[in-house]
Amino acid sequence: MNALPSRESLSAASSANALELRGVSRLFGALAALSDITLSVRPGERRAVLGSNGAGKTTLFNCITGDFPPSSGIIRFFGEDVTAFPPHERIRRGLRRTYQISSLFTGLSVLDNVYLACRGVSRSRFSLLRPRRDEALMHAAEGLVEAVHLAPVRDRLVGELAYGQQRQLEIALALSGAPRFILFDEPAAGLSPTERRDLVHILTSLPGHIGYIIIEHDMDVALRVVESVTMMHNGRIFKEGRPEDIETDPEVQELYLGGGDPGGAHG
Amino acid sequence: MAITDTRPLDPPAPARDRLGEVIARQGAAFWVVVVLMLAMPLIAPTFWLVQIFAYAMILGMIALSLMFLAGYGGIVSLVQMTVAAFAAYLVAIFGDSAIAQISLKWPWWAAVPVAVVIATLFGTLSGALSVRTEGIYTIMITLAIASAFYYLCLQNYTIFNGFSGFNGILPPVFLGIDWGGNVAFYYLTLACAALACAVVVYVSRAPFGLALQGTRDNPRRMAALGFNVVAHRIAAYAFASVIAAFAGVLLVWYQRQVSPGTAGVGPVVDVLIIAVVGGMSRPIGPFIGALVYVLLRTFALDLLEAVGLDGKRFQLLVGLGFLVIVLFSPDGLVGIWARITERYRRSREARAAQMRIGGDAP
Repeated sequence: MNALPSRESLSAASSANALELRGVSRLFGALAALSDITLSVRPGERRAVLGSNGAGKTTLFNCITGDFPPSSGIIRFFGEDVTAFPPHERIRRGLRRTYQISSLFTGLSVLDNVYLACRGVSRSRFSLLRPRRDEALMHAAEGLVEAVHLAPVRDRLVGELAYGQQRQLEIALALSGAPRFILFDEPAAGLSPTERRDLVHILTSLPGHIGYIIIEHDMDVALRVVESVTMMHNGRIFKEGRPEDIETDPEVQELYLGGGDPGGAHG
Repeated sequence: MAITDTRPLDPPAPARDRLGEVIARQGAAFWVVVVLMLAMPLIAPTFWLVQIFAYAMILGMIALSLMFLAGYGGIVSLVQMTVAAFAAYLVAIFGDSAIAQISLKWPWWAAVPVAVVIATLFGTLSGALSVRTEGIYTIMITLAIASAFYYLCLQNYTIFNGFSGFNGILPPVFLGIDWGGNVAFYYLTLACAALACAVVVYVSRAPFGLALQGTRDNPRRMAALGFNVVAHRIAAYAFASVIAAFAGVLLVWYQRQVSPGTAGVGPVVDVLIIAVVGGMSRPIGPFIGALVYVLLRTFALDLLEAVGLDGKRFQLLVGLGFLVIVLFSPDGLVGIWARITERYRRSREARAAQMRIGGDAP
């Protein structure tokens, strides 16, 4: 539809990893928020990044999206070196993210928020002409609003929405355009049990070619929607593996779960 | 963009119908203003027509360009008056004026577009210089550009003719009408102001304007949606500069002269005051602010002398009015109006509800 990479570049890229980090570090003054992170995620792979507060998870996301460029190291997105790219260039290549604290346009309606997101990755983002009702991008925006169960409130101002609805809208924005890889930063934070079930449903029913990394403290959500897990501690990768292995790993339990009952994660 | 939708679409509504919809949605206040403005030459004496209303509409257009940047983009630029003054100078330089050794005497239809294009480029460039800064720093940089332009005009004699500037600039005669005539000039400014206002209202809901409001509310998120925030802000400067440049052309036709004083720091700050007093939330705000400003400027002198004060203190009155409005309504006069209509609507609804209850009673 728009901003889609050509077929050739897609097939060339499909042999590469969706995301590849080599020796990525990020310093804040003398503090190393990330040190020497090497990580690769296959196209379509779904991975959880776990770790206690301050482990560097959100900083990792900020380096991948370019919000904070890494102090050293290389980031490749579908084979392309994007280390020096500004955020919007990475987004136009199919990377998306959501924010831990909802980061929406509270003065605009739900539909306008999603429509803006669809515009951002289209070529007509400077258009001075108003959208027509039958425009393809408007259809796409309406479809996304429905996909995250927000159709009944689509004309309401975002500032008036309930917290859970704002979290759902965050996800809709990340799904706009043609995403190839999404970074979810604690999407379940503050959601009710019902809303968590909806969230798991939305995540598991994403098209298979869309990979993602999810930061999530709720193991019940995180381990149900991923096939691999990366554990972080003090800005380093501490362990990688399948969800079931990580869950039962004694070292992990001591560090992250604080020796709690691992069975509780199954809820 | 490729045609992706192959389903038979409903025929799109003809443009005229949608314009009709827009017109039908306007309230009574809108129609009162439209009729009043159109019939003004029948009601108002010449002095009011040109010195008050036409002048207010020109200043309103300049303030509108600031309102677009500040209201939708969160960019407080002090360079809008300078863009207008530059366009005014360029009309004098390329067109005809009493300063025969500088003016190139191009016909107006060549001088005006060139003036607008160059002034817009200047405004866009100023934007590109200041757009990476925020808040007070944007104000400082744009103020510095405005001051630099003022001193350039003042001290350069080969192009800007220094202190005395240009005089004897006349509005053109075309379509058999002398646009310098009072009624004709009034309608010319009315048409330009209405058009500028309508374009701003339209663009505010178009993708460009929506995205600009997005960069105001949350620039980081806009980048995370694929928008180049810096490029978008520079484009906003370009759009606002077009409006300011056209206003500058009208300004030089209105004043029939242009001098460094047109671009001085006083007028530069006045545009900010006009926009704030009128209200930055809606495009009509700057025009209301400009009308109040022109009325105060014109009549404060008489008013002050009537109560036995020095007439030269009219700026004091302007300043006091500014303070009172900003203190009581951060949203300007438009905000006060919005609150009054809201209260009226509520009390009417309450009364209607009471009548319904009363009617049900046996």
